[in-house]
Amino acid sequence: MLNDSILTLITLVPTAGAIVVAFLPRRGRAIPVFALLVTLVTFVLSLHLPAHFDYSQHGFQFQENRSWISSPAIRYHLGIDGLSLWLVLLTTFLGPIGALVSWRAIEHRTKEFYFLFLLQQTAMIGVFVSLDVFLYYGFWELSLVPMALLIAMFGRERGRQAALKFFLYTFLPSALFLVAILWLYAQTGTFDFAQIQAYLTTHTLPAQALSWVSLAFLVAFAVKVPVFPLHGWLSDVIQEAPTAMAMVVAGKLGLYSIFRFNLGLFPAQSRAIAPLMIALAVIGILYGALVALVQNDMRRLVAYSILSHLSTCILGIFCFALAGLNGAVFQTINEGLTGSALLVLIAFLYDRFGTVDMSEFGGLATRMPMLATLWVITALALVGLPLFNGFVGEFLVLSGSYPVHPSWVLAATIGVILSAAYMLTMVQRIFYRQPSALVVNQPHLDLGLREHLTLWPMAILMLVMGVLSPYWIKGIESGVSSLADTSPHITTSAAQNGAAASPAVQP
Amino acid sequence: MNQALYILPEIVLTVGGILVMLADAMMAKPSSRKPLGWLAVLVSIAALAASLWQYQLPAGTAYFGVVQIDAFSVFFHVLIAGIVLASLLITLDAVTPTTEALGELFALFLFGAVGMMLMSSAVELLLVFVALEISSISTYIMAGFRRRSGKSPESALKYFLLGSFATAFFLYGIALVFGATDSTRIGDIAAAVSAAVAGAQVSPLLYIGLAMIVVGLGFKVSAAPFHVWTPDVYEGAPSPVVALMSTGPKVAAFAVLLRISFGAFPLLRGHWLPILWWLAVASMTIGNLGALRQRSVKRMLAYSSIAHAGYILVAFTALSREGVAAASFYAVAYAAMNVGIFAIISHVGGYDDRLTLIDDFRGLVWRSPLLGAAMGFFLISLIGIPFTGGFFGKFYVFSAAIHSGMVGLAIIGLINSGIAAFYYLRVAAAVFSRPSESSPIHAVTPAGFALLCALFLTVAATLILGIAPGGILAGARDAAATYPSATSPAPVPAAESALR
Repeated sequence: MLNDSILTLITLVPTAGAIVVAFLPRRGRAIPVFALLVTLVTFVLSLHLPAHFDYSQHGFQFQENRSWISSPAIRYHLGIDGLSLWLVLLTTFLGPIGALVSWRAIEHRTKEFYFLFLLQQTAMIGVFVSLDVFLYYGFWELSLVPMALLIAMFGRERGRQAALKFFLYTFLPSALFLVAILWLYAQTGTFDFAQIQAYLTTHTLPAQALSWVSLAFLVAFAVKVPVFPLHGWLSDVIQEAPTAMAMVVAGKLGLYSIFRFNLGLFPAQSRAIAPLMIALAVIGILYGALVALVQNDMRRLVAYSILSHLSTCILGIFCFALAGLNGAVFQTINEGLTGSALLVLIAFLYDRFGTVDMSEFGGLATRMPMLATLWVITALALVGLPLFNGFVGEFLVLSGSYPVHPSWVLAATIGVILSAAYMLTMVQRIFYRQPSALVVNQPHLDLGLREHLTLWPMAILMLVMGVLSPYWIKGIESGVSSLADTSPHITTSAAQNGAAASPAVQP
Repeated sequence: MNQALYILPEIVLTVGGILVMLADAMMAKPSSRKPLGWLAVLVSIAALAASLWQYQLPAGTAYFGVVQIDAFSVFFHVLIAGIVLASLLITLDAVTPTTEALGELFALFLFGAVGMMLMSSAVELLLVFVALEISSISTYIMAGFRRRSGKSPESALKYFLLGSFATAFFLYGIALVFGATDSTRIGDIAAAVSAAVAGAQVSPLLYIGLAMIVVGLGFKVSAAPFHVWTPDVYEGAPSPVVALMSTGPKVAAFAVLLRISFGAFPLLRGHWLPILWWLAVASMTIGNLGALRQRSVKRMLAYSSIAHAGYILVAFTALSREGVAAASFYAVAYAAMNVGIFAIISHVGGYDDRLTLIDDFRGLVWRSPLLGAAMGFFLISLIGIPFTGGFFGKFYVFSAAIHSGMVGLAIIGLINSGIAAFYYLRVAAAVFSRPSESSPIHAVTPAGFALLCALFLTVAATLILGIAPGGILAGARDAAATYPSATSPAPVPAAESALR
């Protein structure tokens, strides 16, 4: 029973909450409390998914398929597989975190903020669960709007410009993306993902047109990830956006879509463009890490670190090894988690000191031991220390891709070293130098209850995902195994790494 | 009198308009004319009900075959009644009780609607011409209604001169077509054309006449390159009037263009298709590029309406029933969001248009959350974000075009919609930006009942068109089914095949 409507519930509960928020009184804490409750309810509902997910099965589960518009044939078709399962969970998990981190940061116009915030939840979940391309495109475009409005309305000084930049960067490629979708519809007569997929495998369409179509898809997604030359909006947005939005703006939506559509619908075209994407990914890894190394502004540092780590996912995807694909999905979740944790930590620092300029900090560890502890945990997870989630993701990607493109992967490995360099430098500069004037003059307030509640779930999850990674991987693998290359050479090495999913096996 | 039922909404509006004028004459000079406005609102609701009721009528013609009721004309009747209703509500909100000659303004709204409705149901070109004149003359007068302010008379004069020029083209076109086919009836013309095509002796008069008709209607729908009057007229006319004239006459002119191109000349599609193809490209591009540079929201929306006319023309080039349905659907979506956004502009800017620069809308959402949110919503719909009428309309139009192989046109159109996002976003960014200390803030008077009704109508329509368009799509589809000859393999124009 619940299985038949759980996805609709998860998707629409935030919107229903948003509508209620619009009618709540502005006074007091009613709106934030209610919004937090809505996100918690959504999260609890989403826990139903992994509990009842059939990991032995490959297809879509929890499907709902109702007619929506008869002609053009658009259906309300939802469903998830191993690929989207954990991304939905990540989104719902970050919901309460986002509400908590905005608790103090957003004190005026809370109604507008939480209304849009909840709408954004719906849009993001909708992207992951839609199996009708029209519906998917709807959520995809919709996810731009609350995000851009929140950045414009609640961003820092240059929020408006950042919002415009973000919107235009992501909206323009979407126009061509729509042409591509409509062309596919004209050819196949359906918007249903599975039917399009089946049609494309059984019929031959003009090759040149198909490669343009797949390129239109890829560019739209690559901007959203972002992939190296298209990342111009990222650092501005992360710097200006309210933390709850900066946490979710990059990564998962674009990477998921590349998996679902570029690998799922256009395997041949994806392989044709793979060399370019791999090169861009490696450039992105190194460029992001190098730029992060010289930042003074913590938010910009995180932005470039996100660019670097997300490029690792692109590398994993376009090597088409099973272990690499598993690792890319896993790393997408990691990045969502650790990147968010880092942004939340920075936000808490900003709440206290009103600046995020690293040069003004120093010696904070003795003053704020709890903050320091959590910061170090997050930094280590991000760097990829064994036992943490970051290690599993990076290891899977690099070891899985190595047999395919050894030289590129070797270059990418330098990025791992660089990421350790900038993260540890940041920790050192903030927490371990001589206490700076700023730190000394501040009455030292360590984390409060709300802040503990925000951070510990993420920190614990980083550790749990690192130790018990097979639990996540088995779900992911059921979703991506059909997308991997099936040539014997790669399958054997991928099977070794993927099946074991343990750091002990070296290629 | 069975035949009268075929023009029932028009009768309701005419009688209502006369009542409003009579009551106006009998009222004491200083008394408020707002009750007349509410009377006009009631009349337009009655017209809306009458239009909806017309769906029960069997399709057929009346009055010696000059008026035809079918799914197509009823669809546009309903749409026009809705537009007039919403723009009357906007007018009621914008004017003060003592605004000069207010009673006449309300009556003109109703008379104008008579013309627009007749345009969509007339199948005799001379009646189309008369209806076009009824609608145009009403709007000429309304455009100049603020006699005392500078831009309004100029706008009215410009509109009048260029508009009558366009009507002359249209009339000349009718005359030439009559010369070639011996008839001014849509059905007879189609038969004559088909005979001429079969005999391979199509008179050159026919081509010239058709071209003239297209030019005349091109003016009315403000398609580029016949668009030059649009920005000046929209800027000068009172905003509530622009809400009507940027949608009502335009929608009606599109109905006529659809009726003529698919009803009378489907066999000459090879000739009018390239013309409309280029008109579409020019309108979209010129409209969007022109809008980029505007500082006044009203001028910007004037250029944007040129671009939207281009999107509707894209649907024509699909040459299919799907295309006719898409054009009809887009007309509804365009009307809903455009009337809606002008409702807000008219309230914020005032009847005298004091505050219509983009900067005047800065921080609107903080001053009046309701108006700001509604404005944001309409802008989002105009940009074409999913789950709004604007998106679905665009989606449907371009889907029809691509289905007929017009991939190049669709790419041009969607790149254009990307450009359009720039200028809509400038307004949106102003609406949603935080009010700064330095810039003065104009307080917004709270929205009255009339405006709330207008906003409710337009927001609900835009949302329904985006989320549950099934009913209206079915209506558009039935309307398109009136043109059995619309579906046939599309000859791709030279320009399109060159693009491939």
